[in-house]
Order: sequence, then C-alpha cells, then structure tokens
Amino acid sequence: MTLKHLDLLVIGAGPAGIAAGLEAQRHGLDTLVLDENAYPGGQIYRSVSHSPLADPSVLGADYLRGRALVDDFERSSVAYWPQTLAWQISQDKRVSVTRQDAGGGTLQIAARAIVLAGGAQERPFPVPGWTLPGVMGVGAAQTLLKACAMVPQAPMVLAGCGPLLYLFAWQLIRAGVGIRAILDTAERGSYRAALSHVGGALRSPSYLAKGWQLLRAIRRAGVTHIKHVEALRIVGEQQAEAVEYTVAGQVNRIETSLVLLHQGVIPNTQITRSIGCDHVWDDAQLCWRPRLDSWGETSVPDIFVAGDGGGIAGALAAEPSGRLAALQAAHRIGQLDAATRDSTASPLRAELARHNAIRPFLDTLYRPADGFRRPAADDTIVCRCEEVTAGEIRAMAKLGCVGPNQTKSFSRCGMGPCQGRFCGATVAELLADIQGKPVPEVGYYRIRPPIKPVTLGELAVAVPSPDGSVLPRAEFPK
Amino acid sequence: MQNDSLFKTLPRVADGTVRVFIDGMPYQVPRGLNVAAALLANGPLACRTTVVSGAERAPFCMMGVCFDCLVEIDGVPNRQGCMTPVQDGMRVRRMQGARSIA
Repeated sequence: MTLKHLDLLVIGAGPAGIAAGLEAQRHGLDTLVLDENAYPGGQIYRSVSHSPLADPSVLGADYLRGRALVDDFERSSVAYWPQTLAWQISQDKRVSVTRQDAGGGTLQIAARAIVLAGGAQERPFPVPGWTLPGVMGVGAAQTLLKACAMVPQAPMVLAGCGPLLYLFAWQLIRAGVGIRAILDTAERGSYRAALSHVGGALRSPSYLAKGWQLLRAIRRAGVTHIKHVEALRIVGEQQAEAVEYTVAGQVNRIETSLVLLHQGVIPNTQITRSIGCDHVWDDAQLCWRPRLDSWGETSVPDIFVAGDGGGIAGALAAEPSGRLAALQAAHRIGQLDAATRDSTASPLRAELARHNAIRPFLDTLYRPADGFRRPAADDTIVCRCEEVTAGEIRAMAKLGCVGPNQTKSFSRCGMGPCQGRFCGATVAELLADIQGKPVPEVGYYRIRPPIKPVTLGELAVAVPSPDGSVLPRAEFPK
Repeated sequence: MQNDSLFKTLPRVADGTVRVFIDGMPYQVPRGLNVAAALLANGPLACRTTVVSGAERAPFCMMGVCFDCLVEIDGVPNRQGCMTPVQDGMRVRRMQGARSIA
C-alpha cells in the first residue's frame, strides 16, 4: 500500500477545514485537505462555488458569503482531494484513506498533525413514524436545495425547532415553495429561560437581528405556525400520509406526504471516538463532544478538532477555530515560534468568543424537549438500522444493562450500517433516565474503524504515490 | 421527471444531463446530481426495504450519516446513494431486504 508523508492532514473541507488548510499553508506546512463531498464548503456552504441553482440568492446572504472563502481555497495551492474518505486513524497519526475520485484506490497517510473538521449532523429526532419514506431532516431537504436545486413539490410540514428550521422555511418562501405548517416544538418556558442569557446574545447582536428577521418573514408570509407542540407522530402505511401533533393535550392531524424534522445539530464524533479521544457530555447542548484544549487539541497529542465537530458554534466560529488549530500544529512542527503563534491567535480568540457568546441563549431557547430526546411512546424506533424501539431500550435498562455497549450486545441496537450515529445519543439518554444516572456514567458506543464501509476492491487498489513510497507487501497475505 | 416525486427542480444552470438506469429503466438526470437525489427526483420514493422487518426506506439525511439511502450501484451493493454522484451509464438498483448468502 502506498504511504504518503505530510506535515498536516485536514479532514473535512467545510469552513473549519478550509480555514485550517489556508492558515497552515501560510506557515509553510505541507498540507492536504480531504473531504467526502465533490466540492469544498461542507454542509453549510454546500456547492456554493458550483451551485446548480440559476438563482442561488434564494439561499440568502449567509450562504453566499461562503463563496469568498471557498474561492480563496480553490485558488490556493493547498492540496485538496474531494470524494475521499478517511476511515481509520491511529493514535500515531497514520490515516487510511480511500479516494473515489481520480480513479479511486486506497493509501495510507502519515501526518505529523491532524485537524479533524468533520462538522455536525442533525440531532436524532425519534418520533413514531420517523423512519417512513416521506420523512427527512430539514437539513437533508436544504442539502437537496443547495446541491441539487430540488425543493418539495407540494406544501410540506416542518416540525421541530432551531435556527436551521426557520432559515429553511425562509428559503422555501423565497423560492416560492408553500409550507403547509410549522409545528414548533420549542417549549413554553424556553423563551423566558433564554432571556437570562440575553446579555451574551447582545454581544453578538447580528444573530438576534437575523433570527428576528427570519421569524418576521415567516409570519408575514402567512405560514401556519403552531407553537408548543408536545408530541408528534407520523402516520402512514408505506410512506408518510399525515402527521398527528399534540398541543395542550389535544391531538390534531394534518394530511401531508412530506414531513421535515429538525431539532438542532450535534457534533459528528464518530472519528474522534474511533481514535480513542476523550469525550465529555455537554449538558447545555445535550450532546457528546471531544474534550479539547484552547487550540482544539484532543486528548491524543497532535490530533485537533476544529469547527462544529468540537461543539456547536456555527460556521462563522468554525473559521477562527480552524485557524487556531493550524497555528498550534505549525508551532508543534517547528514552523512557528510561540510569540508569533500567540499574537496571531489573539484576535482569532476574540472573534471566536464573539460568536460563542450567542450560544447559551440559542441553546436554551431551542433546547430540544425531554420527550423528543427520550421518546415516551414505546413503539418509537430508536435505532433506525436495526429497528430497536424505545420500549426495548427501556426493558433492557430495567434488566440492568449498564450502557449502550451492552444494549448493543443484547439487541444489535447501534450495530447497523450507521454505526450508532442516529441512535447513540438517544440510547445513552434513555438508559441514564431509567437508571437515574448522569449520561456520562452511561457512556457511549465503542466506535471501531472502518468508520464507513470500504470494499475489498477499493482496498486492493493502491493510489500511486508521487514520492514512490510503498508499504512492504509482506503486510498482506500472499 | 416530476411525475409522482415529492420534489421538483428549480431553474438550473445548464450543465447537461446523464443517462442513469434505475432498476433497468433509463432516466435522463441533471449532471452533478447524486444517486439519492436522482431517485427522489424520479420516484417512487423508497430506495430499499430493511433487512430486519422489510419496511420501506428512503433517503433521510442526504449527507452520508444515516445510511438509509443504501442502493446497489454498478453491481456493488450497500453504496451510499447520497454520497455518489451520478455518471453516464450508471446502473442503480433498489435493494430488497437482507442479502441472500446462497
């Protein structure tokens, strides 16, 4: 197998990864940025430099803003491999990589430092019927708009809460797409609770102004906005036919063939878990995140996390966070003295703090309700892959299963192709709730590489190495 | 292309189309689409049935994390449709239940 040596490997080409790559290059590091998608930008700036839309302005200024960053990156000489998957990372920073572009094939990369910029995924939203065709994430529908110029054919129902849901509603209105209703799951007391964090929010007033403008536009468009929804159930035989929702104990029903769910995003921790980095449970954001120092370094030396993969802070915070990680990597590699590192970092830290200031307000305002994280209805599927229900998890918790790895052994929950990405948080919270323990005591799945499937055929094809270095053949059976 | 799909296409920049076979039927789909989007654009909705209960599934996350859009692409099963750009002549098949071992 081919072996490539590098100073810095950046995994993920969203705003954090791009910023890390550009910063690393400024300090003379031999850097490679790789990403699973066809174009740089991550999910937030998905396809921004290659938009299929005749009029990408329907997506709004915050999306178009990403164009400058992506253009800078594409014009730079930072090496960039699209459609490339890093599926195994060892603690000594040896990375197994499979390319789908350029003919495809597998190689290993030995990097002196690694920045993981894998971003976030939508938080699981386990309600009865969420596995039916015709139910998708709001983020998924937004990706279809950004990357494929596709929008819902008929008015649909948006259910949940959080900035992305309102942003997408606003984008749909601009694109002339009807919205049947927004079923808002933000809790009754959340607005008042969030007010106690308004001081921080006022340090980043543009977020408040934008949020207010989105909500006003939704109101002006006359979209039915039903608040304080307490329970949801999507019903249908082969696919979604209707959504039933509960307000003040009263069940109502809307006929619809498309329901888009959203209750925030959580860090994608699959890769940091697989390396064995320490993780902490974030009580404010209700998610796991890797434990990081002020440069973004994990508990494994020279492996960094930048952007939302280290805790949700948004696209604008991702850029300074990527640059900070690259600065420290450059320092470690001996390309940057401590004084220059620190003086460059200082304004980045101030910028990061400004963007982080809004988070306690947003985290409180759009805190997903307990009942939408720990489904009350026992027939709710928790593990989409192996179709394990909340009732089965509760039964295993009562039997004394001590953590997600044991419920996995008992029921295959978390053992399917998504490797727990869409059930891990729910299972841990359910077990903790039943057993009266804090979530960190319950823990998380042991994640093992490969973090995504790789075929034998892909493994067997070595990517040619420009420097000619090849691993000894003896590592493979003859 | 709009038929019984839940999705429609907004005006696009002209970038041509490619021919993709879905369960043997040819479709012209915009270049640059991914396989999951091509399936959603052309209906029917479901792209596979599950290995456990045989329930129908369709693309859910569109960003490579949920694995609900697994399909057979050019003879290789269990590929993530949302992560695979369409190519001219590509053959996509929906997958039914568990794979038979025999």
